[in-house]
Amino acid sequence: MANAVRETPDTVASTRRTPRPRRGNLGILGERVIEVLIHLCGISAMIFVFAIFFFVFREGAPILRKLDLGRFFFTQTWYPTSLNTPRYGVGALIIGTFSVTVLAMLIAVPFGIGAAVFLSEFCGKKMKETLKITIELLAAIPSVVWGFIGLTVLNGVIQKVFNVQVGLNVLNAAILLALMSVPIMVSIGEDALKAVPDSYREAGIALGCTKWQLIWRLLLPAAKNGLLAAVLLGVGRAVGETMAVLMATGHSVNIPHSIFDSVRTLTATIAAELGETAEGSDHYRVLFLIGILLFTMTFLVNLLADFAVKGIRKK
Amino acid sequence: MPMNAPASNPADLFTETAFTRKKRRTEMLAQGLFGTMTLAMVIPLALILGYLAYKAAPLLSWDFLTTNPTHGMRKGGIWSALLGTIYLVVLSLCISAPIGVLAAVYLNEYAKDNWFNRIVNLAVVNLAGVPSIVHALFGLGAFVLFARLDRSILAASLTLAIMTLPVIIASTKEALASVPVSFREACWNVGATRWQTIQAIVLPNSISGILTGVILQVSRTAGETAPIMFTGAVFYRNIPEGNLFAYGIKDQCMALSMHLYTVTTQVTNAPEALPYAIAVTLLGTVLLINATAIVFRVWLRTRKKW
Repeated sequence: MANAVRETPDTVASTRRTPRPRRGNLGILGERVIEVLIHLCGISAMIFVFAIFFFVFREGAPILRKLDLGRFFFTQTWYPTSLNTPRYGVGALIIGTFSVTVLAMLIAVPFGIGAAVFLSEFCGKKMKETLKITIELLAAIPSVVWGFIGLTVLNGVIQKVFNVQVGLNVLNAAILLALMSVPIMVSIGEDALKAVPDSYREAGIALGCTKWQLIWRLLLPAAKNGLLAAVLLGVGRAVGETMAVLMATGHSVNIPHSIFDSVRTLTATIAAELGETAEGSDHYRVLFLIGILLFTMTFLVNLLADFAVKGIRKK
Repeated sequence: MPMNAPASNPADLFTETAFTRKKRRTEMLAQGLFGTMTLAMVIPLALILGYLAYKAAPLLSWDFLTTNPTHGMRKGGIWSALLGTIYLVVLSLCISAPIGVLAAVYLNEYAKDNWFNRIVNLAVVNLAGVPSIVHALFGLGAFVLFARLDRSILAASLTLAIMTLPVIIASTKEALASVPVSFREACWNVGATRWQTIQAIVLPNSISGILTGVILQVSRTAGETAPIMFTGAVFYRNIPEGNLFAYGIKDQCMALSMHLYTVTTQVTNAPEALPYAIAVTLLGTVLLINATAIVFRVWLRTRKKW
C-alpha cells in the first residue's frame, strides 16, 4: 500500500530540525561575478577577432572610395611614394607572397609529413620524446632570428652552392619558411596519424603488408584530412610570416622568373613602409587595406584547416 | 597424416626466402628515408646554433648585457633593449595570462557543445592564425590611435597580449582537460558549486600544466618583432644603466628583437660579431625559457598520480 507511510507532523519536524547550511551573500555574489568574468573572457577571442577586423578596416576603408580595386589587385606597379602619380598595384606583391609560400610548401610538405610518419610509426618512445622536444625548440626560434640567419648564413650558402649573384631571393625565404612551418605540420600530422585506429595497422600487418604498403595504402589515406589540415596550417603560417621574409627575400618588387629572383611579399611591404608613411595618407590607408587582404587570406586558410580537422573527428 | 610434414629443423622456418629478404630491405629503406627527413630538420638547428654561438663568442660577456649601446649602436651592449623586452614580456603576461586562463576555464568547464561555442573555438584558432603584421596594424589602429595610448610600452604589450592569447588558451585548456572528470564528480556530489569545484579541485590539479603554457607564452612574446615595430618599440633610447625601473609604462622602449633587426639592416659598419651576439642573446633567452617549460612538463608527468 502506497499510502501506508504518511507524513506525520513528527517526521516533518525531524527533517526541519537542522537547517541547511548557507553560504554568506558575499560568497554567492563573488561567485556570480567570477562566473560572469569567465564568460566574458571566454568569448574574448571572438571579440578580438572582430576587433582586429574592425580596427584595421577602419583605418583602411576611406581609401576604398578613391581606389579602383581592379587595378589594385591586378596591376604590378607599386609606386606608393611617387609625387605626381602614386600607383598602388599589389599584383607583384601577391605573386611574391604566393611564390615564396608555394616553394616553401614544396620543401616543407614532404619533410613535414615524412617526419610525422617517422615519429608516429618508426620511432621508439625515448627517441620520439627527444625528437619532439627538438622540433618544439625549432618552433620556438623567433622569426627575426630566422631572418637574420637568412641574411647572414643562407645568403652566402646560396651564392656559393648555386653560383648566383644575390642570395636573398625566393629560395632563401622559402627555405626559412619551410623550416618555420615544418614544426606545426609535424605536430598536427603526427596527431592525425595517431588518430588512425590500431586495428587498421593490425589488419595490414596480418595481411603481410610491408611498412611501405602500410603507410602508403593505409595510414596516409586514413589520415588524409588531418594531414591536409597540417599542410593548411603550415600555409597559413607561411603567408603571414613577416620578419623572416622581410629580411630574406631581397625586397624588390617584381615578378619572379626563377627561384633566384628577389621578390617582395605583402607582409614585408607593410612592415617596411608603414613606419615612413604619414598617418592618414593614401599610402598609409593602402597598407591597412593590404592588412585586410592578409587577414582574409589567412582566415580562409584557417577555416579550411578547421573543417579538415572536423572531418577526422566525425569519423 | 599426409599433410605437409613440418620442417624437421625449426631454424629452417626462419631462414630468409627471397621474398622476406626483399620485404626486410624495403622496410629498412623506408625507415632510413623517413629518418633522414626527420634528421634534415634537426641537424640544421644544431648547426645554426653552433655557428651563431661561434660567431658571437668574442662579444658575449656580462658587460655586454648590462651596458647601453653607444656610438650609433656600434659599440657597447644591449642593456636598454634587454630591459625593454623584459618590460614588454611582463606587462603582456599580466594582461593575457588571467584572460587566457579564464577563457580556457570557460571553454573547458562551462561551454556546452553548441553552435555558439563552436564559433568561439573557431575564433581562438583564427586568432592564432592572424599574421603578426596584422596584429601590428590592429595595435596601431586600436591602441595607439583610437585609445590614444600613443606609441608606448602599454600599447605594445596590449598588442602582444592579444597575439599570444591563443597560446595560453590552448595549453590551459589541455591542462584542464587532463584532470579526470571523476575528480569533479566527487566534488559536485558533496554539494560544491561549479566555481567551487573549479577553484578547489580543477585549478590546483592543473596548475603546473597552466604554468607550462604561461612559460611558453613568455618565450613567444620575447621573440616577436612585427607587432611592436609600430606600437611602442623604437630604434634607440637612452636609459640609466643598472636601474630596473628605468622605463615608464607610457614610454617607448627598445626591444631585443627589434634591436637585432635594426642592427642587421640599418646600422652600417657595425662590428661583425655584434648582430650575432644580439641574436644569440635573444635565441638563448627564448630557448632557455622553452627548455624550462619542457623540463617542468617532464617532471610533472613523472609525479602525476592518475
